[in-house]
Amino acid sequence: MALLIIAPAYLSTMQSHQLRRIAVIDQTGIFGDTIINTSLLNNQKLNNKKITPEEVFQRRLADSKYIHFDFLPTNSSIDSVKNIFESTGYYALLFIPKNLLNSRTVQIYSNKEISLNIKIYLSKFFEKDIEREKLISKNIDPDIIKSIQTSINIEAVKWTPKGEEKNSNSEIAMVLGAFAGILIYMFVFMYSSQVMRGVIEEKTSRIVEIIVSSVKPLQLMMGKIIGIALVGLTQFMLWVILTIGIVTVVQSSSSAFSLKTQTNEQVQSLMTEVNSNQIQPTADKENPEMNEFVQSVYHTLFSIDWTVMILSFLFFFLMGYLLYASMFAAVGSAVDNETDTQQFVLPLTVPLLLSLIMIQSFLNFPDSSLTFWFSIIPFTSPVAMMVRIPFGVPYWQLAISMVLMIITIFVVMWLSGKIYRTGILMYGKKASYRDLLKWLRYKK
Amino acid sequence: MEKIITIENLTKSYEHHKALDSVNLEIKQGNIFGLLGPNGAGKTTLIRLLNQIIFPDTGTITFKGRPIKPDDVLQFGYLPEERGLYKKMKVSEQAIYLAQLKGLSRNDAIQKLKRWFDKFDIGNWWNRKVEELSKGMQQKIQFIVTVLHEPELLIFDEPFSGFDPINTNLLKNEILKLNEQGSTIIFSTHNMESVEEICQDIVLINQSKNILQGSVSDVKSMYKTNTFLVNFEGEVNQAIIAEKGKELWKIISHKTKNNQTETKLQLLKEIKSNNSLLKQLLPIGNVTAFQELLPTMNDVFINAVKQKAHE
Repeated sequence: MALLIIAPAYLSTMQSHQLRRIAVIDQTGIFGDTIINTSLLNNQKLNNKKITPEEVFQRRLADSKYIHFDFLPTNSSIDSVKNIFESTGYYALLFIPKNLLNSRTVQIYSNKEISLNIKIYLSKFFEKDIEREKLISKNIDPDIIKSIQTSINIEAVKWTPKGEEKNSNSEIAMVLGAFAGILIYMFVFMYSSQVMRGVIEEKTSRIVEIIVSSVKPLQLMMGKIIGIALVGLTQFMLWVILTIGIVTVVQSSSSAFSLKTQTNEQVQSLMTEVNSNQIQPTADKENPEMNEFVQSVYHTLFSIDWTVMILSFLFFFLMGYLLYASMFAAVGSAVDNETDTQQFVLPLTVPLLLSLIMIQSFLNFPDSSLTFWFSIIPFTSPVAMMVRIPFGVPYWQLAISMVLMIITIFVVMWLSGKIYRTGILMYGKKASYRDLLKWLRYKK
Repeated sequence: MEKIITIENLTKSYEHHKALDSVNLEIKQGNIFGLLGPNGAGKTTLIRLLNQIIFPDTGTITFKGRPIKPDDVLQFGYLPEERGLYKKMKVSEQAIYLAQLKGLSRNDAIQKLKRWFDKFDIGNWWNRKVEELSKGMQQKIQFIVTVLHEPELLIFDEPFSGFDPINTNLLKNEILKLNEQGSTIIFSTHNMESVEEICQDIVLINQSKNILQGSVSDVKSMYKTNTFLVNFEGEVNQAIIAEKGKELWKIISHKTKNNQTETKLQLLKEIKSNNSLLKQLLPIGNVTAFQELLPTMNDVFINAVKQKAHE
């Protein structure tokens, strides 16, 4: 899991560190270097000071950290570059036509696919630049425009039952909720299937007969369910600890600084996508809105009740597992091989699957009555309730859900035990639902 | 001899099928007891009831004079007909686990296991996974696991199926040894020869009922056909034998070879004892062999089942 978090970020940092050189044929002639400080240039020798190019020249189409623009002579032809393109090592050729304002099109040529990042960078640049030019031509000072742009931040504060105020950020809650819901689904399914497979193995290898000559069938079933639960818990704990450990270690090492900025950039470009229709100065790295956003994220992360979150996760994972594992054990006892399990397993997984699919709707309407019922009914509550928890669930609802779950588990285990007890001794005939019902009625 | 198991009026039905119908049965302590019957007769059900894997509809099972308790299974060893082990587990671990299930401590289990492994000379299987062994090898392991905790009652369901003659012999000897050491053995099988060889008492179950019970010798007597084998020295004419026993016997077969006459006679009426028959034969010639031909268990089985079918 740590790998899942770190690898993409790390790999993409490696990728973006690639410097790209783009050749430019600028027919307008205005985007390349222009001298801004001739006196400085003339006095260079007199003052004997080191002068940086930026002090003397200004280039409208500025380089970024990973893109360098190489301006070719204005009258160069596209074809001349095309013919020698391979040998030049350029990533692409940017062609700015003379009639840029009218055509509103800039072309970029390459023998490779141009990455989206670069296209966005370029389109942002040109749009901003031309807007600025238009403002100037209308005698409007572009800086005034900049100064009047205001972004308003919606600060959401939640009132807790205790009367405190907490920063809330529903996006974070959504991500957390969805994540938790999906995890629960995966785990419950994964470990319940293990139980079922174990039951089938014991049946096919016939060892079950010897074991139940020493212990009661119910003891065998429960032992298996509890054993695998412990394995699941241990795996989960290790997983969590290792993930936290590895991510922390990587975070604190120097190479990970770029990880942070990389993630910031990624989030930024994401935000850019989202706000691409608006005039927003998002190309800057030092973006006050961005920092505010990140801050509020951290705020919310800290304000989430992690105890409730983790305890609920453990509870619903365990309970959901116990519920489904006992049903799966019953199914396993009724068949002779794994392929025959499908007819039984399919209907059993419908509630869980349904709640997985409905996660989107739970996220959007965490307080609707539909969501409420899904989070109360024991077969769907593990997923549904976990999705709701980051949004805050009234304690009484949580309590009802848990109590209902526990009662249902006892009932289901008792029924499953009856099926299990008979099923493990039955071989050959493919059991049908009617048979299972009959087994429920067998007395001891 | 004390009775270790008494079964009274045992009935067990599955849905529409009656597996056992008011079965009564006594097993003496220290006996080797044969549980016989055609396929589907109810033997496995009976065995499962004994092992408390399933429970009867009516009737009682008594163990050593009192109603059977759940803990009593610790005194039983059970080798089912369809047998298997966890494939991916190590042989030693599995055997120790199963022994512990029967109440042995871990150390005891390891000790006894090592002894058995040495006895069967399979020490090098200790760390192997079960799936690495052949079927016959696995069955040996299974046998050891069954007897490891030295139970008072051993129940074997078709123990010899899957074994080659050498291993069958090995197993037979071990069973006899265990019996000598005091274990009572219940033994369900179709292998009638083994029944003749080692069983003392038998019960024959057919169509969920107990149709025949008793010691092997009694049961054989029950189905005896009063056939005798007599050998005379030299060549004795068949007619002479027939004439001598006109009212008493009829000749079933008559053979002369190697200066011996071999005759099989079947009695036509009751005689006081075998000796009185012998007296009738002595005048005919030099008797070199005289034997009552009792039915084999195979014959008994077939006849008993056929008989019941006609009732």
